[in-house]
Amino acid sequence: MSPIDFFYDLINPDLAFLPKALAVAVMSAVVCGVVGCHVVLRGMAFIGDAVAHAVFPGLAVAFVLAGNLVLGGIVAGVLTAVLVAVFSQNRRLKEDSVIGVFFVAAFALGVVVISRAPGYAGSLQQFLFGSITGIPDSDLWVVGLTGAATLATLFWLHKEFVATSLDRESARALGLPVFWLDLGLYVLVTLAVVISVQTIGNILVLALLVTPAATARLLTDRLAVMMVAAPLIGAGAALVGLYLSWSLDLPTGGVIVLLLTAAFVLVWASRLLPRRALAGPGRDSAGRGRAAARPRFHSEAIDLGGHT
Amino acid sequence: MGSDSPERLNEGGRAVLAVEGLAVELGRRRVLEGVDLGVAAGELVTLVGPNGAGKTTLLRAALGLVKPVAGRVSVAGRDPAAGRAAVGYVPQRHEFAWDFPIAVADAVMTGLVGKLGLGRRPGRAEWQAVADALARVELAELADRPVGQLSGGQRQRVLVARALAPSPALLLADEPFTGLDLPTQGVLSALFRGLAREGRAVLMTTHDLLAALDGSDRLALLNRTLVAVGTPAELAARPQAWTEAFEVGPDSPLLRALAGAAATGTAAGAAVAV
Repeated sequence: MSPIDFFYDLINPDLAFLPKALAVAVMSAVVCGVVGCHVVLRGMAFIGDAVAHAVFPGLAVAFVLAGNLVLGGIVAGVLTAVLVAVFSQNRRLKEDSVIGVFFVAAFALGVVVISRAPGYAGSLQQFLFGSITGIPDSDLWVVGLTGAATLATLFWLHKEFVATSLDRESARALGLPVFWLDLGLYVLVTLAVVISVQTIGNILVLALLVTPAATARLLTDRLAVMMVAAPLIGAGAALVGLYLSWSLDLPTGGVIVLLLTAAFVLVWASRLLPRRALAGPGRDSAGRGRAAARPRFHSEAIDLGGHT
Repeated sequence: MGSDSPERLNEGGRAVLAVEGLAVELGRRRVLEGVDLGVAAGELVTLVGPNGAGKTTLLRAALGLVKPVAGRVSVAGRDPAAGRAAVGYVPQRHEFAWDFPIAVADAVMTGLVGKLGLGRRPGRAEWQAVADALARVELAELADRPVGQLSGGQRQRVLVARALAPSPALLLADEPFTGLDLPTQGVLSALFRGLAREGRAVLMTTHDLLAALDGSDRLALLNRTLVAVGTPAELAARPQAWTEAFEVGPDSPLLRALAGAAATGTAAGAAVAV
């Protein structure tokens, strides 16, 4: 199938689920890409994995009660994030152990809950591996608004999250509410995961969170560039992935994740080429994407250096 | 030790950091006991002691990050949590995520995050403070460089610049010389001395004898409690205070180094006198 045919299918009213799936997949990828930058830079990929699994009982309960899946997932994921943040305060336990305890417990709860529901096997597969059909119109709104709120919060607290990621002890010394910022970041990760679970699936969603951000990190030493590149990479993979899965009749989540992985490997391999073949790490991108008040430090000196 | 009492410094109204009868417990272990120390504006005081002596804990108490079980700490006459705006903190270098994709100037800006308040963006005044702080540590030309590309000495100066950005009255530096070569230590030592001369109170920790003796106005030998406080010359003449603080025997290389440093110090003093 050519991309043109794919476009016609997108606007075909008989295939109304397809543009909805595309919208949800792209929005999920954008939100996950931005949130994922924090996840990758803090080394908290495990928390992303944990939350992804922890939303499962929420989805299961919502499914059994015929409620909104996204809301069910948000409740379960946030509850797990709070439990992890609280139990991590204990000095004897490291965070990863606490995460290990709670996310498997949550997942187990989900398995038990969903086994009580009729049509158990089919719905289980849908949760685990995602599906592009059966997305209700209301989910478009829930995903769009949740994603927008997530991005707005990240933007609003950007400098606080960065300061905490750089150096927790100094962040505390500066009077930042580090515990609440951690909890807030967990909640944002949860939201990003929950809105993505529908199309990508519970198991593969971690890739949407981690792989674009990790790829972007390989490309740049600038946080601002990274936080633009990651969602672009994710959205591109979502678009191309949906097209490929539709035309080749392959599972959407799997195709998107494989595309992301291919992009990561390609970028990683390209970094092995001689440095001259690539743009230097953001020599001129320093001031872009920052507040207008940010002065350029000695850019003249650097530019002059380039001419001599 | 009487002349070093915080009371005396308080009378003059110059003690920026005043620690009185401080005791701190971590878990059930008492890591600080009966500590009295004042640091005045314009003074560079170095806390010296072995690993586990409570040096970092004393700094954390001054930052209001640990609650004393006895005694009190005040910063600029206020409770440490309330006096935070007056304190610049230079953590140990390994506390900072150097692999984070951030430029030097942006890293220094994070020192102003507390002052700015939640969600507020830095404006012209804040970027000027960052530029001033970078100029003060002579890193202005590296402002746009990613922090991951810096040397150990440059990284240490980034941390100092970040602490200086909010123009603190008190500067706390935890092990700033660890892992640096001697010339770099010299540059940093001169920097801390200069910062004190500009009217700041500077308290730093080290377990490096030479770094401590060179340039501090006063040394405080710490091992759970203050073993001795005095000028480097006074303490160089009291080897028993060092053996007590470091819990070493009379044949320790520490004492030979101390004797050597004391001799050099005397020679330098004589040269100045001539």
